[in-house]
Amino acid sequence: MSYFGDIYKGIKTLLTGMSVTGKYFLTSRKGAITQQYPDNRETLKMFERFRGEVVMPHDENNEHRCTGCQKCELACPNGSIEIIWDRQIDPESGKKKKMIDKHIYHLGMCTMCGLCIEACPTDAIVWAQNFENSVYDRSYLTKVLNQPGSKLKAGVEE
Amino acid sequence: MNISLNITKTITELLSGFMPESAANIGAMVTIALIYLAIFAVAGLYLVLLERKVAAWFQLRLGPNRVGPWGLLQTMADALKLVSKELTGTVKADKFLYNLAPYFVIVSSLMALSVFPFTQEFQAFDINIGLFFLIAISSIGVIGILLGGWASNNKFALIGAMRSGVQTISYELSVGLSLLTMVLLTGTLQLSEIIEVQKNGWLIVQGHIPAVIAFMIYMIAGTAETNRAPFDMVEAESELGAGFHTEYSGMKFAYFFLAEFINMFIIAAIATTVFFGGWLSPFGITESIPWLGVFWFIGKTFMLVFLMMWFRWTFPRLRVDQLLTLEWKYLLPLNLLNIVLMALIVWLGFTIQL
Repeated sequence: MSYFGDIYKGIKTLLTGMSVTGKYFLTSRKGAITQQYPDNRETLKMFERFRGEVVMPHDENNEHRCTGCQKCELACPNGSIEIIWDRQIDPESGKKKKMIDKHIYHLGMCTMCGLCIEACPTDAIVWAQNFENSVYDRSYLTKVLNQPGSKLKAGVEE
Repeated sequence: MNISLNITKTITELLSGFMPESAANIGAMVTIALIYLAIFAVAGLYLVLLERKVAAWFQLRLGPNRVGPWGLLQTMADALKLVSKELTGTVKADKFLYNLAPYFVIVSSLMALSVFPFTQEFQAFDINIGLFFLIAISSIGVIGILLGGWASNNKFALIGAMRSGVQTISYELSVGLSLLTMVLLTGTLQLSEIIEVQKNGWLIVQGHIPAVIAFMIYMIAGTAETNRAPFDMVEAESELGAGFHTEYSGMKFAYFFLAEFINMFIIAAIATTVFFGGWLSPFGITESIPWLGVFWFIGKTFMLVFLMMWFRWTFPRLRVDQLLTLEWKYLLPLNLLNIVLMALIVWLGFTIQL
């Protein structure tokens, strides 16, 4: 009697599906995920996983975690990242060491794929949650991620 | 044939005061037609809005809320936009049929509205074969869809239209037979008398088990007949673009769109009349105020419309072979069995009379 069994199973699964969507319908007033953007511009907080742009966080001593290894530059599929670096004498140890001069990020070319952030061994670059990236001149889209005068945080390279 | 025009009577009397009788009759009919057109054009627009709102709530969104309070004027604005748009068409289209198709669809769906008893006095056309008329009219719409698909000279539109033909012809059978099951109980096809019978309890209560089965079959087949999801292979976006109305724009597109929603209202209104007692209030709580019947009728209809929207936003689309399997291997045999069961119950007097 699989004929009537099929009918029973069919009706049961359909009702299960309807109960799931019905629950969503009843809770939709509280849990709507829609952001009414220009109205809540002040209070809008983007979710953790949102990919706004690549930034390099600096701590209060103006120190970042970028060692200049260039893995992000290699990982980038369309060349949005350029790193200008040179070997300088480290004032603490007195040895010659690779240091970044400028970490240049072309936001206008970036496809937000996130490969640079996955490739970074020291977590020097992360996603920012901002989304108002429009500017009147495309040259503003070329950004230098490390702040002027910043230096590598001690202990990152070990 | 015993045709009475209930609500036209007062208007006829009003008009015959300053007109000859024949002119007054025609004038009254035209007035009623215009009133119905105005009411249901607006009702169709608000059904579109309701669909969009309900869809949004099912998907944890807010839905249209910018035009007017709570977005109430959104579909009005959409209609205004569609009226002002250019009517484009394909070069090799069959111009006459191409232009005829949307009117076929919208006229056939508006015609069906005339026979519904919204309340005891508010019924334009109380025909003695009302239910038969409804089934006949609701299957004329598919000719418009076939014409539109054929005349657009577009292979996707043609495939969509042929699918619609397959679907409507198959499911027409289930709609007819499930309504016939209820006719066994009522013994009449006239809609006002069907409601009169239900004063001893709604038919879904009177007919208990076979009535519930008939209602389920009717809702499935009715959803399929209006070409709505999960039976919307006619306009399966991923395969066919927009299906039969791919080549239509502006107001002609709007006619197809409006007709779909009015058809949904009609299917729900038939179910209300036949299964849920039409304008009768539950347990006769507002029997002393007859005009409240309109609200009961509309309320019940909108509950069923909501059920169809619930189907749409829950179930995935069927394949064509699954669609035909469902109809010919499951719904039709069950329906025939159900008719026999209902006949036995009516014959042996096992109906529940309140």
